[in-house]
Amino acid sequence: MLSYISGRILQSILVLIGVTIICFIMFQYMGDPALALAGMDATKEQLEEAARMLGLDRPLYEQYVRFLWRAVHGDFGISFMTKTPALKLVLKRMPATLELAGTAMIFATLIGGLVGVFAAVKPRFVASRLAMVGTLMGITLPTFFIGILSIYFFAILLGWLPPFGRGDVIGIGIWSTGLLTVSGLKHLILPALTLGMFQLSMSTRVIRGEMMEVLAEDYIRTARAKGLSVLMVTLRHALKNALIPFVTIAGLQLGQLIAFSIVTETVFQWPGMGNLLLMAIGQTDQPVVITYIMVIAFIFVFINLTVDLTYCLLNPRIAYD
Amino acid sequence: MIDTRKVLRHYIKSPTALFCTIIILSFGVLAIGADWIAPDNPYDLRTFSLSDRMKPPAWMRGGTLTFVLGTDDQGRDILSTIIYGLRTSFLVGFGVIALSTLVGSILGLIAGYFGRLIDTVICRIADIMLSFPAFLMALLLLGLLKWQGEMPVILAISAIFWVRYARVMRGNVLAEKAREYVDAARSLGAGNLRIIFSHLLPNVVSTLFVIAAVDLGMVIVLESTLSFLGVGMPLTTPSLGMMIASGYNYLYAGIWWVVLFPGLVLALLILAINLLGDWLRRELNPRIQ
Repeated sequence: MLSYISGRILQSILVLIGVTIICFIMFQYMGDPALALAGMDATKEQLEEAARMLGLDRPLYEQYVRFLWRAVHGDFGISFMTKTPALKLVLKRMPATLELAGTAMIFATLIGGLVGVFAAVKPRFVASRLAMVGTLMGITLPTFFIGILSIYFFAILLGWLPPFGRGDVIGIGIWSTGLLTVSGLKHLILPALTLGMFQLSMSTRVIRGEMMEVLAEDYIRTARAKGLSVLMVTLRHALKNALIPFVTIAGLQLGQLIAFSIVTETVFQWPGMGNLLLMAIGQTDQPVVITYIMVIAFIFVFINLTVDLTYCLLNPRIAYD
Repeated sequence: MIDTRKVLRHYIKSPTALFCTIIILSFGVLAIGADWIAPDNPYDLRTFSLSDRMKPPAWMRGGTLTFVLGTDDQGRDILSTIIYGLRTSFLVGFGVIALSTLVGSILGLIAGYFGRLIDTVICRIADIMLSFPAFLMALLLLGLLKWQGEMPVILAISAIFWVRYARVMRGNVLAEKAREYVDAARSLGAGNLRIIFSHLLPNVVSTLFVIAAVDLGMVIVLESTLSFLGVGMPLTTPSLGMMIASGYNYLYAGIWWVVLFPGLVLALLILAINLLGDWLRRELNPRIQ
């Protein structure tokens, strides 16, 4: 198992190095970084100065090593748009995205879990059937359409919740949170539900499927025959076993949520990383795009590694080669 | 192998499958025949005028029968734009499926059949691709390269979607390769190509078909999402996602028809494809039941 773990860590590092190489190539060959930094109306001297500043006059491998060296030290270049460090821009937006994705995940897991268990225990109830139709919708409808529909109904027609923005935030150290103000929480509900809808539907279906499978097992019948209550059997005997696959997909879901928050942030004008990324793409602000990619790659590699290691601990029966 | 006649018998008896087929086929006919069926060509500058902008649907006050579902901010007929948008959806959907099935199967075959270094390389690449969401990779690819249009979107999505086909193909080839009939065929003097085409491929087709059916819906959602975000289709190409994006700007003014109709058509199409895909999966892959 130790060799498996070290192998996974090594693989993660290789993936990250691969990502840096791709980013480096993108940065060097997509457009002219010197021109972008110096501006359209720069003189020849200014262009050369910018090229020297970016190290474009050095050999390629040296540039890459420098790029890597600076990346390790948190220096991903200066945003062409705002002329401020790109990493700072991206990190400033990170709390908004993580709060959104985290809340969406809690929604998805809690509501999905409850509805899924209910639908598995009482499959013939009208409520269960309605819930299953609902999950079909959640899987079918594109996220942006769900977002727009919910804005139209809950914000424009009914006026219950605010349609866009993040509301008031409170700064705690470097983290700015919207979770501690009423307006922040109100602003969070619609985007988090929109973002989590797909995952919510998926979890409901997965939990329901797993539960139905487990409930059909002999040991459940035995437990019932022993005289244990339905609730007891459902929770202690069935749910526990149904949860194992659920736990492993939960980590992967977080990654999906962070990725899809780009869509939700656009619809709700949520000031997160995804919103920044689309702005940077629109303005060809390569340093910001590249910083986003590196940060997101780091998050993903970290999540995947954690999931694999957790799985390894939860399920020691698996043989690792 | 698939029992085609049994599947067909079940198919005729399944109202869901039939209903979904009708929806997909009628949307398909609309998309193919857009030039003749659509009332206008919304991307021919001569046929629309700004003076017709934001007309409501025909049954509302101010609506006219010329524009049954109303018009958008440029004065384009919504119904026509939806029909042309469907064409883009189908084009991208089937384009990606065709390309990624082809590339994925070939790579999977090579990996599984020949093994060794080439197998390791292909599998590692596949692992890395699978650890990032397809949506994110397609978005970054298109956004960084600043490409727009049908072909770039097809290429970008296929660059990610081939992985699953390759994996399935490889797994099947590995399993089948160990079977005795492959040895038997080889001892009868059959070459690599003959073994691949007449023995291995027929066994994998049904699995690939199921994946393709499920992927089709995902690809169409992906295209509309990318276009919604402004990195998919250029302004000159009709796309349901982009229509919704442009209509979204006017939603606060109470103009809902530019968003709702393309959204509903998109939802109906994806629902039909997903339900049919599910049905196919249950039918062709009885283990999952």
